[in-house]
Amino acid sequence: MSQGDLLHVVTADDISERRRRFGRAIAWGSAALLAVVAIAQILDRADVIDFGFRTWRPTLYAYILWATCLCWSQVLIRGEHGKRTLFVLPAALFVVSLTVFPLLFGLVIAFSDWNLSSPLGRQFNGFDNIRQMWNDAFYWNALANMVWYCLAILVEYAVAFGLALLLNAEIRARKFFRVAFLLPLMLSPVAVSWMIGKSMLELRFGPIARFARWLGWENPSFFGSPEVARFTIMLLDAWTFIPFMMIMILAGLQAIPKELTEAARVDGASPWKSFWEVTFPLMLPVSITAILIRLIFKLKLADIIITITSGGPGGATDSVTSFIYREYRDRSNVGYGTLLAMVYLVIIIVAMTILMKVAERFTRPRT
Amino acid sequence: MSEQVFRDSEGDLSFKARRFGGKALIYALLITWTIVCLFPIYWTVTTSFKIAPNVMKGALIPWADYAPAWLGWRSLGLSPDTIGSPSTVRDEFVKRFLNSAVTALSSSTLAVVIGSLAAYGLSRFSYKFGYMRNADISFFFLSQLILPPVVLALPFLVLYRELALLDTRIGLILLYTLTVLPIVIWIMRDQFESIPTELEEAALVDGLSIWGAFFQIILPIALPGMVAAFILSLVLTWNEYFFAALLTSTHANTLPVMVASQTGSQGINWWAMAALSFAAILPLIVIGIALERYLIKGMTAGAVK
Repeated sequence: MSQGDLLHVVTADDISERRRRFGRAIAWGSAALLAVVAIAQILDRADVIDFGFRTWRPTLYAYILWATCLCWSQVLIRGEHGKRTLFVLPAALFVVSLTVFPLLFGLVIAFSDWNLSSPLGRQFNGFDNIRQMWNDAFYWNALANMVWYCLAILVEYAVAFGLALLLNAEIRARKFFRVAFLLPLMLSPVAVSWMIGKSMLELRFGPIARFARWLGWENPSFFGSPEVARFTIMLLDAWTFIPFMMIMILAGLQAIPKELTEAARVDGASPWKSFWEVTFPLMLPVSITAILIRLIFKLKLADIIITITSGGPGGATDSVTSFIYREYRDRSNVGYGTLLAMVYLVIIIVAMTILMKVAERFTRPRT
Repeated sequence: MSEQVFRDSEGDLSFKARRFGGKALIYALLITWTIVCLFPIYWTVTTSFKIAPNVMKGALIPWADYAPAWLGWRSLGLSPDTIGSPSTVRDEFVKRFLNSAVTALSSSTLAVVIGSLAAYGLSRFSYKFGYMRNADISFFFLSQLILPPVVLALPFLVLYRELALLDTRIGLILLYTLTVLPIVIWIMRDQFESIPTELEEAALVDGLSIWGAFFQIILPIALPGMVAAFILSLVLTWNEYFFAALLTSTHANTLPVMVASQTGSQGINWWAMAALSFAAILPLIVIGIALERYLIKGMTAGAVK
């Protein structure tokens, strides 16, 4: 990232020693308070001393106080520079406290057997969860399904590209079509899965089922066999998210200067050729961004599956998220579910890093 | 004036025909996809006015195939004849609706506020937190996008139980803010980077402080971007189901959870389902039609340089 176009301001702050001392005092004071409260709570939890705490709320309040004091002390101690830090600090504190801390905590639960409804509480069980995961055919099955679901993005991309080309053509009522094409994205996946997945695909009266019968499919059961069920889920998910890719690609298409395609036409290129030789290469960076963002959303796929099939038939439609959700709902075992999620996270990070490196190589201007 | 001197050659005429054929194909495809997009919404609306036999027959067109009835809306307590009288289902629905509205609105607001501040800071000043510089901090924020919700779900479940935040709106708001924050930062950074720094330099010379320049000069210019980020966050948080299903049970349930849990013991009341689904998607349909411009702006931020 270029650091050249940043705002450079020279300030002459006159901060008195007293103000600086006060700033340090509130920062460290609130930190000390946080530490005291936290230690008291830990002791209380360990039955050493009884303070009568019911929840960890006091620690939470102390933490919030500390965070506020930290932000304030920045201004007190460092003046103008502190004010600049104040832009980023709240967001950074927020994200760190809501992701890093739960992730570390998650690492602890991942290696324990913890049934929330049992009175025993957390039991450290070493690598038992990993061994269980290794033998859990359903988890590997869910991971394999995720690969299929992710591959479906390529088809979605092709459809979205086609739609964007249509919208970019010289047509009337473009705004109407754009709004109509965008609407599926706005709908709640749960409502969609009810109204399409359950009602419109209903065997007896669903309009899509009747249409399929009219086309000659004798017994249109959309969730009967594993392959068809997986395909139906893919279609439903594609229906909601194609508009997203379409809009990004459309923006890319509109940013291409008209002169380029015109020049190609003057040079005698057929529309087909001018698309492949001019438009498509120019669209490569936008396409890759669109696909990567779509991939991120795809990895969270769960709502539709939980509502319509809850993984069936025989785990054929399970995504990792829906599988862990059911694992928790059925057995309320937090430890095993967390371990599965952690493994999933590691796989995602590795895969995304590789993909981004490859994508970077692809989009680099060829010399 | 006996004869037209200039006329289209044979070649141009065939070009015209091909052009017309191409146009017809484009419109045919456009209309087909429009039907694909809009038919489910149409089906939802019409089903909410059907009674059992109509549903079983698969009737499609109101008044022609079946006589519209208020059955679905009556079961929600929202039909004209029941709207005045007390109804437990309606109270339940209103409660869920309010939960959804409050969590979606406040988490989007919170995300836009702290996200814009962070994005502004990152686009204007150079920071050093330990070894982390601007690019690293930006990457840290954006990398949160990759984090799938499942990873956080179970630790949060346990933490919230300890903090007595389970089944509260605050708990949901915090989580939702976290999930949309990277998107907001992504959009707003793009927005602020397109504003030249000369503006603030002038404002600072004129005696405004950094925060004064931000609020009085930059914010009004960046407002469309903020609206875009807000709308996009609103869509994502309003539709969120996974966390809501896991972390709420009775008090803070949102609308999607209510929709998902409507399986009666004696089969499904399709008409009531349709009415409920439609009520759940209606706010976003309205937003989508009215504020489509901003949505598109939000989605395309950073995509096209």
